[in-house]
Amino acid sequence: MQRAKSILLAAVYCLSVFVIFPNNVYAMHIMEGFLPMNWAAFWMIVMLPFLIMGLRSINNTIKDSPNLKMLLAMSGAFAFVLSALKIPSVTGSSSHPTGVGLGAILFGPSAMSVLGVIILIFQAVLLAHGGLTTLGANAFSMAVVGPFVSYGIYKGLQKLGVSRGICVFFAAAVGDFMTYITTSLQLALAFPSAQGGVMASAVKFMSIFAITQIPLAISEGLLTVLVFNLLSTYSSKELLALEVFSNKKHDNEVKA
Amino acid sequence: MKQVVKNIILVVLIIALAVLPFIIKSGAEFAGADDQAEKAISTINSNYQPWFKSVWEPPSSEVESFLFALQAALGSGIVSFYLGYKKGQKSRNEVRQHDSY
Repeated sequence: MQRAKSILLAAVYCLSVFVIFPNNVYAMHIMEGFLPMNWAAFWMIVMLPFLIMGLRSINNTIKDSPNLKMLLAMSGAFAFVLSALKIPSVTGSSSHPTGVGLGAILFGPSAMSVLGVIILIFQAVLLAHGGLTTLGANAFSMAVVGPFVSYGIYKGLQKLGVSRGICVFFAAAVGDFMTYITTSLQLALAFPSAQGGVMASAVKFMSIFAITQIPLAISEGLLTVLVFNLLSTYSSKELLALEVFSNKKHDNEVKA
Repeated sequence: MKQVVKNIILVVLIIALAVLPFIIKSGAEFAGADDQAEKAISTINSNYQPWFKSVWEPPSSEVESFLFALQAALGSGIVSFYLGYKKGQKSRNEVRQHDSY
């Protein structure tokens, strides 16, 4: 079964390589100053409620079970590592994964909104990567859309009875990919083409931001499965406390 | 299949994904040039000027890669610490349970 899975994954990857193959594209967060002021402000305001929700959610989790603090720190650290790794992509340029899927599966999406914003501030201030004016927009794509998509996919597939590894893979990979789709849409909304409007711009930005991301999203999916496997071996008590396995069958697997 | 074998397969796949681009696109620069997105913006709206500059920029690419490496090192340090700590805790509990029988 695992071998079939691996072959499938490899096939999906190769397919995505050969279907789309543009030259020298670049995919990362929106650069400092590159969103008009009104859009920058708009995304900051949209971001706020998620941040407040996230702080509350983290507070509740920690209050209920203080021993989960370390796992929370680990989830943040995982996202920290992944967003520092600029990985070469088949398009001939580099981009980085986001790493927020793991935390979203474990602690819920809004908790990752808080951790994501911390990472983005770090990168904007110290690395000139992303930016403070574009923080709202970048946070919305990486720390809201990404985690919420990951969480939704994980819970959805789990309900359908899909095996745990596959749930985690798709949650992390699609969450990562949707982050960059959101980035493209945000830029398209701010810079609609004279001809074709927002849609034409969206296609253009997606060809820059989203395609490079496909192989990286697959990498992030695989890596998240790896870490999740390790966690369910060594840290199953914490995962059970977080009700990551809602399914009885999965519970038994872990206990066994 | 054993969990360890599964995990090794995952690691190999991840490494392959990172190496494959160098083989397929051997001539590419793999640069993170901001140019592409900036160019796209200037073709759509040639009048647009970025209205804010980064507060601080790493003075050289060496400093920048140092900071990126530092970020990755800090993160992976914490991740590894957690996994190691939990592994130790688990095996200690198993020894204890064994002793109490």
